[in-house]
Amino acid sequence: MNDFSRALLYLNDPLNWSRPNGIVDLTLEHLGISAVAVLAAMVVALPVGTALGTARRGAGLVVVLSNVSRAVPTLALLTLFAVSPIGFGNRATAIALAVFAVPPILTNTYVGFRGVDPEVREAARGMGMSRGQVLARVELPLALPLVMTGIRTAAVQVVATAGLAALVGGGGLGRIVNLGFGQQDYGVMIAGAILVAGLALLAELVLALVSWAATPGLRRLPFLRARTPGGGVGVPEPTASGVPL
Amino acid sequence: MTSLGARPLLDAVSDPAVGVLAVDEAPNPWFRPSYVRDNWDTILAYAGEHVRLTVAAVVIGAALALPLALAARRSRLLSAPVLALSTIVYTIPSLAMFALLVPFTGLSSTTVLVGLIAYSLVILVRNFLAGLQGVPDDVREAARGMGLSGAQTFWRVDLPLALPAFMAGLRIATVSTVALTTVGVLVGHGGLGQLITGGFAANFYRAEIVTGAVGCVLLALAADLLLAGVERLLTPWTRAAGA
Repeated sequence: MNDFSRALLYLNDPLNWSRPNGIVDLTLEHLGISAVAVLAAMVVALPVGTALGTARRGAGLVVVLSNVSRAVPTLALLTLFAVSPIGFGNRATAIALAVFAVPPILTNTYVGFRGVDPEVREAARGMGMSRGQVLARVELPLALPLVMTGIRTAAVQVVATAGLAALVGGGGLGRIVNLGFGQQDYGVMIAGAILVAGLALLAELVLALVSWAATPGLRRLPFLRARTPGGGVGVPEPTASGVPL
Repeated sequence: MTSLGARPLLDAVSDPAVGVLAVDEAPNPWFRPSYVRDNWDTILAYAGEHVRLTVAAVVIGAALALPLALAARRSRLLSAPVLALSTIVYTIPSLAMFALLVPFTGLSSTTVLVGLIAYSLVILVRNFLAGLQGVPDDVREAARGMGLSGAQTFWRVDLPLALPAFMAGLRIATVSTVALTTVGVLVGHGGLGQLITGGFAANFYRAEIVTGAVGCVLLALAADLLLAGVERLLTPWTRAAGA
């Protein structure tokens, strides 16, 4: 029996799903850590990105931040937070992941708000809208597609990277991979890998649908974009500081 | 973490009047020059593996990505599946990618290399395609009208015009690959990542972890600067235009 059929056997056993610290528990833990990390990053990045974007300042800072974050290995930050006074566990994992979720959200929010046509703002001001009204009713809807792209990129990245925490004593689905590896039971390891990858792909799909539903105006499902003819073909989302991990 | 094997033993022998463990009292600085000095050969060996894996992954990835991008530009029928597949590969977490490769290539650096090639290929194909599509159609038309063959058009028209996008892709791919290589610790070939998990396993020895982490960032920075320099040398006309 090869490793892949053993993996299927493992995934087919209901006890592996329902027992304490089974797949269901670990998935919930995984999603919990990811949700905390993304929310924390949103709390930091959305106001800063909005402020910088509407003021059209700080482009250098945003670019440098997103470039530097690409160079720092996630594993390094996860380990550093684990051995810091925070101590290892889900808190350290969530903080480390939040640090990596900030750049994509910040960059996209910044670009989204900066891209609002000044004449549109001017017109809104001329109609008598207050500063807050312009922000909420004119700039936000126009910037929303990019803001949602940023949140989606960050969330998928966080869900994908949360698995690495298991290498340094953290929780989540990565523990199944690590456990299988430690026991030289490649069937379990592959089952874990399938779960981690499946969760990341599922997150991408669900968030694509959510951002599609939340975006006003001309709506196009993100994964259909590749088919649109003309300029946009094949251009990677310019601001998604997308790094696989 | 009280479940560490050494702690209860130390607890038993430590002076109850003092009430602190010897382990907690031992200094664990974030950085120690003597650690770097004493383990220079080990660090250098890991850094060497890191560089070898990164260079091989980016070079092989680029060699595979260029024909794919050229083919994808030619027909929309091909570009859609290439881009869709690249999105899927991009989303697969590296931990899962390396774990899925282990049954085929074992605990070797090949496992890490194949995974890294897959990621760099995905990044490069998108950037190469974007670069090629940025070449204006009328310029290619003019080249054909002047009697340039397909290969000549590529070398003399497409390549120079798409070079900035190509180099941008190479820089992103290289920096990402340097960071990703650390996940190779899963199979014991993570380059400087070995120091990160090694320090973690050695009773959370911070100096070793920080050395590994800083080494990775420095490596990524050096690679990025190198490629930026190469880009400057390869595109002298951009400087002339700017001057």
